[in-house]
Amino acid sequence: MKATVIDARDNVAVVLGEVKKGDPITFTKGGKSFEVTAAGDIPPYHKIANEFIPKGQLVIKYGEHIGIAAEDIAEGAHVHVHNVLNSREDLHKEVNA
Amino acid sequence: MNFLGYRRPDGRVGVRNKVLILPASICAADTARIVASNVDGAITFHNQNGCAQIPSDQQLTMDVMAGFAANPNIYGTIVISLGCENCQMDLVVDAIKERTNKPLKTFIIQEVGGTIATVEAATRAAREMVQEASVLKREEFPVSELILGTECGGSDPTSGLASNPLIGETCDRVVDLGGTAVLSETTELIGAEHILAKRGATPEVSQRIFDIVYRYEDALKKVGSDPREGNPSPGNKAGGITTLEEKSLGCIHKGGHRPVNNVYDYAKQMKTGEGLVIMDTPGNDPSSVAGMIAGGCQVVVFSTGRGTPTGNPVAPVIKITANPITYGKMKDNIDVDASGLLENPESIGEMSDALLQEICDIASGKATKSESLGFMEMAIARVCNYV
Repeated sequence: MKATVIDARDNVAVVLGEVKKGDPITFTKGGKSFEVTAAGDIPPYHKIANEFIPKGQLVIKYGEHIGIAAEDIAEGAHVHVHNVLNSREDLHKEVNA
Repeated sequence: MNFLGYRRPDGRVGVRNKVLILPASICAADTARIVASNVDGAITFHNQNGCAQIPSDQQLTMDVMAGFAANPNIYGTIVISLGCENCQMDLVVDAIKERTNKPLKTFIIQEVGGTIATVEAATRAAREMVQEASVLKREEFPVSELILGTECGGSDPTSGLASNPLIGETCDRVVDLGGTAVLSETTELIGAEHILAKRGATPEVSQRIFDIVYRYEDALKKVGSDPREGNPSPGNKAGGITTLEEKSLGCIHKGGHRPVNNVYDYAKQMKTGEGLVIMDTPGNDPSSVAGMIAGGCQVVVFSTGRGTPTGNPVAPVIKITANPITYGKMKDNIDVDASGLLENPESIGEMSDALLQEICDIASGKATKSESLGFMEMAIARVCNYV
């Protein structure tokens, strides 16, 4: 099954179909091809960790921060509300910097 | 690229030619509904407001009423009021006349003598106005006459991955051809405001982008709430969107890549030829769509991941999904299948050419699926707003 990594900084990919545990998932990131093994079932268009994301680390999609890992997220794991926390950042600082 | 539209006496160009039966308040809404149902070519909407409002809230309602009447898709307007509401007939008429010089007639139920007498008189006036409108012929106009609204609703990850970037690419084309494109839904700018602020044409525009986002969050904080309590919705989450930031980062792709030239408050009159602008609207789809159409949008493009039937009485709403499962289930409601983009992102140029052509075809009179099914959901933003 193919997955899409939107930005080379992303640690998640979007799976392009229904994924079963153990399925090989292929994606391209920063011009290189990778394959990970799905750690569980993942519904179509949900996110898969394209690398290990330690607890407390930022979850990155579109090259931007979409939340914080609530637990250690294994490579190939489903990334969603069960393991991601909201985080509101002061984005004004970023523009002024 | 051109489309066939109607030139109005105020100089603007419409893509539909309807008569608006405008209820000044909820107490006139059923009378307006009956009048509109009597006359083919007349439209109305259920106005839940118009009375018992504080001034800042009433202003939002007034701007939508005046904006709908002034929208160039409308030939002329018949206002029906009860008589005792806060949105008094003279206020509504003044607000409409500030925006347009198109045909306008008024009926006050308490003065005409009840709803049956008003239905009779207003039906006769609507019939006459529809007949006047029917004489007009469409003429050819360039895309630069369009103010294109953009909206996303029932989003899923395919929205941010494909259908919103497709809309964004199409907005770039509209802007490059001299038109105006509108990005909306302030709740869904939250967490992505820095990206848009960097594209502000002036420091003032960049600051306004932060201001509308913070104003929204602060208003909710004052009542002890957070936009995240209502957004992402259960359907967004079931589709795979995890956080509001993720939703927003997908949402803003609808705005394409051009500089942001202006930020408008809800339902305020926008200008043609202004490039990319933002309107401060809630994430609630019908109220956001209504705000942009009140601001002058003749056409709205609307991406969806889960599928929605949303239409509007004044302007066509073109529905797009990139989720092939959703298109398969809801093709009665969705106009454009953009799922090919998921596997083949490099086809975006070709697909945005096709989408711009579809926008021009629909502007020229082709009915959207929501129009042909009669969908006209309508909501008006409030001071204590939707999320």
